[in-house]
Amino acid sequence: MTTAPVPALRRRPILADNPSVLWALLVLAIVTLGVTVLAEGAGAGVISTSFVKTLGKTLCLCLAAVAMDVVWGYCGILSLGHMAFFGIGGYAVGQWLMTARTYDIVAQSLAGQPLPPTPRELDQAVATQIFGVVGSDHFPWIWAFSHSLPLQLLMVVLVPGLLAGVFGWLAFRSRVTGVYLSILTQGMTLALSLWLFQNDSGLRGNNGLSGLQNIPGLEGWGQDRISIAFFWASALALGLGYLLFAWLTSGRRGSVIRAIRDDEARVRFLGYGVEGTKLLVFTLTAVVAAIAGALYYPQAGIINPGEVAPLASIYLAVWVAIGGRGRLYGAALGAALVSLMSSWFTGGGVPDIPLGIYTVQWTDWWTVLLGLAFVAVTLLAPKGLGGLFDLMPRAPSRRQGDWGPDDGAWRNEEGEP
Amino acid sequence: MRIVLALIAALWASMASAQTLQDLLQADPEAISDPSRRTVGEVLDRLVASGLPEVPTFLERWQAKEVVQRQSDGLFFYGTKEGGGHVLFDVSSGEEVGHSGPREVDELRPNAGVRGVIGSALIQFQLSDPDIARRQAALDAIAKDPAPEQLEPLRASLEGEDDPGVLARKERLENLLAARFEADPEARIAAIEALGSDITVEARAVLNQILSSEPRAADAIPAEANVAWKLTPGSDELPREAAYVMLVEAGLAPPRVTENAIRDALVAALAGGKVGDAPVATLGSDEARHAAYDAIAPARGLPPRISEEEVDAALGSHAFWQDYAEKDAAITGAAERALASAVTRVSLYQAADIALDAISLASIYFLAAIGLAITFGVMGVINMAHGEFIMMGAYTGYVVQTLVPDYTLSLILALPLAFAVTFAAGVAMERLVIRHLAHRPLETLLATFGISIALQQIAKNIFGTQARPLTSPSWLDGAWIVNDVLGIAYIRIAIFVLALLFLGLLLFILNRTRLGLEVRAVTQNPGMAASMGIDPDRIAMLTFGLGSGIAGIAGVAIGLYAKVTSEMGSDYIVQSFMTVVVGGVGNVWGTLAGASLIGILQKGIEWFNPSNTLAAQTYMILFIIAFIQFRPRGIVAMKGRAAGA
Repeated sequence: MTTAPVPALRRRPILADNPSVLWALLVLAIVTLGVTVLAEGAGAGVISTSFVKTLGKTLCLCLAAVAMDVVWGYCGILSLGHMAFFGIGGYAVGQWLMTARTYDIVAQSLAGQPLPPTPRELDQAVATQIFGVVGSDHFPWIWAFSHSLPLQLLMVVLVPGLLAGVFGWLAFRSRVTGVYLSILTQGMTLALSLWLFQNDSGLRGNNGLSGLQNIPGLEGWGQDRISIAFFWASALALGLGYLLFAWLTSGRRGSVIRAIRDDEARVRFLGYGVEGTKLLVFTLTAVVAAIAGALYYPQAGIINPGEVAPLASIYLAVWVAIGGRGRLYGAALGAALVSLMSSWFTGGGVPDIPLGIYTVQWTDWWTVLLGLAFVAVTLLAPKGLGGLFDLMPRAPSRRQGDWGPDDGAWRNEEGEP
Repeated sequence: MRIVLALIAALWASMASAQTLQDLLQADPEAISDPSRRTVGEVLDRLVASGLPEVPTFLERWQAKEVVQRQSDGLFFYGTKEGGGHVLFDVSSGEEVGHSGPREVDELRPNAGVRGVIGSALIQFQLSDPDIARRQAALDAIAKDPAPEQLEPLRASLEGEDDPGVLARKERLENLLAARFEADPEARIAAIEALGSDITVEARAVLNQILSSEPRAADAIPAEANVAWKLTPGSDELPREAAYVMLVEAGLAPPRVTENAIRDALVAALAGGKVGDAPVATLGSDEARHAAYDAIAPARGLPPRISEEEVDAALGSHAFWQDYAEKDAAITGAAERALASAVTRVSLYQAADIALDAISLASIYFLAAIGLAITFGVMGVINMAHGEFIMMGAYTGYVVQTLVPDYTLSLILALPLAFAVTFAAGVAMERLVIRHLAHRPLETLLATFGISIALQQIAKNIFGTQARPLTSPSWLDGAWIVNDVLGIAYIRIAIFVLALLFLGLLLFILNRTRLGLEVRAVTQNPGMAASMGIDPDRIAMLTFGLGSGIAGIAGVAIGLYAKVTSEMGSDYIVQSFMTVVVGGVGNVWGTLAGASLIGILQKGIEWFNPSNTLAAQTYMILFIIAFIQFRPRGIVAMKGRAAGA
């Protein structure tokens, strides 16, 4: 039997390999510029500051959803804990925001006194201000770095990275997979949120961190300009994150990641390091989710343990599933669409439907609609909204050479990206 | 008996001298009509000593403000209001003796303090009262507010007591009072030692009262002091600052100048932007402030600062100890031994109590998780809406209860009805959703989650957000109480029995019926089972229905002791998942082991850290994550080929 010579596979630039990345970045750029021009802070004033914030928050959620898509849609790990990492990022940056701002306020109020305040007096006044609500008057150990922005930003990356790394290492090395792994990540999220709910966790328990929308050092700016700045930062983060994950999931590494999703044992037998790859994906996505959270909460203004609860992480999975797993733009689309629609429906933006004896109020029925829509998407359209793009006419495949040696395989179907 | 004889003797004596109660009262009418807390004791003693049988009645009615004094002759009567005046009754015979017009009599209104003294004088009569309820009331009064003078009457009343329950209670109280107030040290120590076997809260309170102590400081421990234990300054028990404050309060050391005092002194000395020679702007640190204070202190007559070294020296040259209020070391020693023995007993009973709690929690988790485990075993599917089936069962119980007012009947109706409702819901969900997602377990998980949030919101829309009660029948109210420490509510016993029942039922179905055989076959190898003529779809549908039905029953059981809300399912779902993960899937014994482990663990952690249930749950989840490391497939893992599926 003779085999035709297989042309050498040449690695092509990822953008050429994934034209969707360019399109997605273009759409993002257009949206960003459009919002900026229309916003109160910078231009026409058609879009209110609060809506700019909503859009900025949505971009952060999109980034988290893209990360979720990589870990679930590409690597097959249904993590029910990525919103916990998102929350950790928010808490980390919130610690600095709250400390720095309270220092400013306290320093101002102490300036009227006859003697200049000593550092000890200042610390104590700040601690009383922040922790009085949980009956404490000193900084817990967990706030050790809260006076320094760079250190705290380092925490945004380090804490979720370490947590995800250790958790992932423990879970993957004992070959916990599938549903077991999902439940375990949910357990981790629940443990974290229960711990945060305690007053003696040092993070103000049930009260969470508040006043995060006031950025120390930018007092002169006004919320309209700050909102635009954060919107830009969120858009930039989403763009960079998108590129990072497009790169991660392209080429041979991307193939290994997808293969792990489809048949982990087979990849292991082929000699690839399954555990290392999974750990890399899990940790990296956790860190990106944390960065998204660090950008989200200064726009939201408040963070409390409820945001870290298991339900939030499941919703993240819902967004990705509705948007379409296994394609990055699908996840971003799903997150944007569902979270915006959610705030539109629950915010009373949709008129009620009178049915004679009963009036459907969307504030009550939106969750029902979402839940059923979610079931419908899972059942009827497993590709999600992103699947709509497959209906568009596309250029013939530029794949070179044969699909593979096995005549009996579904090679055409499996060869599709 | 003795007191009764004495009373009879006194009665004879009084009759012989023909002294009536009225005579006695008239001996010092001021003391009756205008008593004060200090003087009333004397007249009470006199009344009690007279031994007249009508004295207790008089005291009670005096206490109840029912005694009046006629202005014209100063005689005392019992009076009840009628029209503008009073109907008068004789104090001895209680017979009606006439009427009085308005303002002809004064109502006696002893103040609360006096009434209290009268009450304690009454107790000795009530202790021997023929009415058992009044004897018990008197004992309650003693237990609530023990006093030395109650000891003798209580002892005297022991002999005439014929009710065994009241007698036991009297003996216990006598022991408690003796331990605290007995004058003779030997007898007191004996009473204290007897308390060592008593695990009630009151006994321990008495022992703790005897052992009450306070921290003291002196140059050296005086010889007559009864030292509980020595204190070390700088320890957790006695921080350095607190120790120095004790020295200051005892006059053994000069007070420290606080940072606030320094600041105030500096502010007071502020002149022309300077304090002494130091410009104000430089005073932004503790060191600078101290230096400035030291500079101005001598001139302004301010106390010098006490340095840390001086504090250490003062602490080092004095002795600190915890000093017993009770000066007799033999008594405190006996009390310490008795308390240690009581505490040991109490902790043994507490351990038993925790074990009961753990078993009851384990039965709840078992009921909540077993359905989940069966469906997971057969279909490899985690049903996120399982918690909502629990909620549906509980709401079914609530609805039945609103229709059938009799709680027993409604419970009997609710259990099968809840099973039927959730069985139907489970089968419907299996047919409509899960069957179409075969072999895609993660997507099933998410689809069922969608159903879960929809069901939860629908329940919220129908029943509102407030908690609905599911009242248990009265025969399930109350608790089985062994003693003060050990006890368990009947409802929890009922849930335990229910869990046992379902354990037995499931074992029977799985091991002894055709359906069970087929279920086990599908669990182990669906393909092979199908080849053998078993319809896996039918089995999947039935097991899903069965699992959901049990969730409904669990919902009724949980609703009986917790409130029924639309979110109750999500409170149990994560624990149920954990139970399944820890126990291992597809096996009833595995779920039982998982539920027991989680129940015991949660209660055990709560025992070590009783103030904090949240922390207990956190630690438990961390433990489970660690546990999975060692047994990734649960305690009872499937072996062989089935494990890989």
